[in-house]
Amino acid sequence: MKILVALKQVPARDSLLRIDASGRWLDESDLSFEINEPDAYALEAALQLKEQHGGEVVVLSAGPERAVSAIREALAKGADRAIHVEQENLGEFDTLSLAKLLAAAASSEKADLILTGLQSDDLGSGQTGVIMAELLGLPHATIIMAVEASGQGVRVKRELEAGWFQHVSMPLPAVLTIQSGINKLRYATLMGIKKAKTKEVRKLTAAELGVQPESSVSLLRIYQPKRVKQTQMLAGAPAEQAAQLVEKLKFEARVI
Amino acid sequence: MSGILVLTEQSSGAWHPMSFEALAAGIQLGRDLSLPVTACVFGRGVSGLASELAGRNVQAVVALEHEALGQYTADAAVAAIEWLVRDLQPDYVLLPHTYQVRDFAPRLATRFGRVLLSDTTGYTIESGAAVFQRQLFQGKLTADFAFQAPAPNFVSIQAGAFRADALESDAASVSEKAPVLNVSSLRQHPEAPFREAARAVDLSAAERIVAVGRGIQEEGNIPLVQELADAFGAELAASRPICDNGWLPMERQVGSSGQTVAPKLYLSVGISGAIQHLVGMKGSRCVVAINKDPEAPIFEIADYGIVGDLFDVVPALTEAVKKARS
Ligand SMILES: Cc1cc2nc3c(=O)[nH]c(=O)nc-3n(C[C@H](O)[C@H](O)[C@H](O)COP(=O)(O)OP(=O)(O)OC[C@H]3O[C@@H](n4cnc5c(N)ncnc54)[C@H](O)[C@@H]3O)c2cc1C
Repeated sequence: MKILVALKQVPARDSLLRIDASGRWLDESDLSFEINEPDAYALEAALQLKEQHGGEVVVLSAGPERAVSAIREALAKGADRAIHVEQENLGEFDTLSLAKLLAAAASSEKADLILTGLQSDDLGSGQTGVIMAELLGLPHATIIMAVEASGQGVRVKRELEAGWFQHVSMPLPAVLTIQSGINKLRYATLMGIKKAKTKEVRKLTAAELGVQPESSVSLLRIYQPKRVKQTQMLAGAPAEQAAQLVEKLKFEARVI
Repeated sequence: MSGILVLTEQSSGAWHPMSFEALAAGIQLGRDLSLPVTACVFGRGVSGLASELAGRNVQAVVALEHEALGQYTADAAVAAIEWLVRDLQPDYVLLPHTYQVRDFAPRLATRFGRVLLSDTTGYTIESGAAVFQRQLFQGKLTADFAFQAPAPNFVSIQAGAFRADALESDAASVSEKAPVLNVSSLRQHPEAPFREAARAVDLSAAERIVAVGRGIQEEGNIPLVQELADAFGAELAASRPICDNGWLPMERQVGSSGQTVAPKLYLSVGISGAIQHLVGMKGSRCVVAINKDPEAPIFEIADYGIVGDLFDVVPALTEAVKKARS
C-alpha cells in the first residue's frame, strides 16, 4: 500500500507570537517550528498502516527551506522518502492554490491513500486535504479516529460531535484527514535519524508544477483578539493570588 | 438571484442548533448589504423543517429533497448543494461551521473555484464590502480576510459567534427542489452513528468543575488537580489532549467532541482556550483561568484570571480552599 502524507511545518505550540512589520504575518526571526500536530498523527497512522500491510510512506510538504527539518523528522520516524515543494512565497497562495500545488505534486505518485492532519495549528482553515480530494477526483472523509484498510477499500471511524462516532467505507484511492489522538506518536530512534540522512528528498517548485499563486481570499491584517469580557486579574505571589481568589469566589461570585 | 443563501443542518429531522446562528449571521449580513436571504434545509422528508424556517425572518425557503440525502455523505451533500447554488446563483453561501460542514464545504467551494472562509467569528463592513474575521493560532490572534473573487463566495460561521435569532416574522414562501444527482457516483457508505461507552459521569449536572489541560505536563501530576477538585467539592474534567493520552477517561472531556457543561464554577488549569474547548463550557456562570501565558485565549472569557505557574498556584489554592471551607 502506498501512502502519501501531506504535512506542514508550523510555529511550535507554546511560541510567543509577534506580529511583523507588514501586519500580515508573524515575525519569524526567533520562532521555533515543529510538525503540525494533527499531521504528526497522520504520519503515525501511515506508518502503522505500512506496518500492517507493507508498502511505502511518502511525505509531501510545501514550505520554505526551513521545512526540511520537519521532513527529516518524518523520515527519521520511518517515512521512506519525501517530496518538498520548496517555495518561499507560500503566503501568496490561498487555500485553493496551495492545495493545487500539493495535488499537482501528489498526482504522479498515484498513492492508494493520502493522509493529512485535519487542520493546521497556524491558519486553521481545516480544508487542505478535502480540497486535494476534489482536485484529484478522490473520495474523502474527515476527522478520522481509526483506519482499517482492506483490499480495494477503507473503513474509517469519523468523529461526530458530542461524543458520537460513525463508520464510513469508501473505495481506494481516497483522502483522509486525521484527528489528533488517533494513535500514540512514536519517537525517532537514533538509528532512524541516521538513516533519514540518506533518504531521498525530491525538491520541486510551484513553477515546475505549473501552479500559480491565487488569492480569491486575501488576508488583510492580523492583530491581538479584542477582549469581550472584563477579566479580574489577580496579582501577587501564589499564596496571595489563592487567597484573593477564594475571597472573590466566596463573597463576590458566591460559588463556594 | 443575488442574495445570501444560508444552509442549515439537520439529522433525522432534528435541527443542529448552530443552524440558527448561521441564519442570524445571514440575516444580519443581508441587512447590512441589502441582500435578500434564502434559507435551505436539505435531506429526505424535510418539508416540515422547511416550514419552520419560513417564519424566521427570511425572504425565501428551499427544501432540498433527495432520497440520497437521507443519511449524510460528503459526495451527496456536495452534489446536491452544487446543483442548488448553480440554480440560485447567490452572492454568498453561509454555513454553520459544524463537523459536517467541515467535511463537505471545502469540496463544494472548490467546485466553483472558490475558497471557503471557514470558522469565521464575525464580519465588519469596509467600503461597502464584508470583511470577515477568523482566529489564527487556535485563538491567539485574529485575522481579517476579504474575498477577491466574484460570486458565489462561501463562509462558515463559528459556534457561538452569532446569537440565534428568536425573532419570528411573516411566513416566507417555501419551494421544494429536487437536485439532479448521479446516485451511482456516490462513494461513501456510512453506517449508523454510535457512542463509545455509556457515560458513568454526567458532568452537566456538576455544580463545580475543575478542568485540567496540557499544562499539567504528565499523568503523574493529575493528583495535584484532583486534590484541588476535592477541596472545592468539584468534578474533575479535562481538555481533549488529556483524554487522548488516557490520563483521564474520555467521558471527562469537555468541548465540541465531549460534554457540554454549565456549572456555577468552572476553574480551568493549564488550558489554552481553543474554540473546541470553549463551546463546551462557555455557559458556565463563573469562569476562573490559571495559565502561565497572559495571552492565552481562555482569559478572554474568564471572570477571574491568575497568570502563574500552575505548579505553584494550584497547591496554594488547594490550601486556601480547604481553609475557607472547613
Ligand atoms: C474537530 C476538533 C474537535 C475538538 N474537540 C475538542 C474537545 O471536545 N475538547 C477539547 O478540549 N479540545 C478539543 N479539540 C482540541 C482543541 O482544538 C485544542 O487543541 C485543545 O483544547 C487544547 O487543549 P489544552 O488547552 O489542554 O492544550 P494546549 O492548547 O496545549 O494549552 C496548554 C496551556 O497550558 C498552559 N501551561 C503550560 N504549562 C503551564 C504551567 N506550568 N502553568 C500554567 N499554565 C501552563 C499553556 O500556556 C497553554 O495555554 C478539538 C479539535 C478539533 C480540531
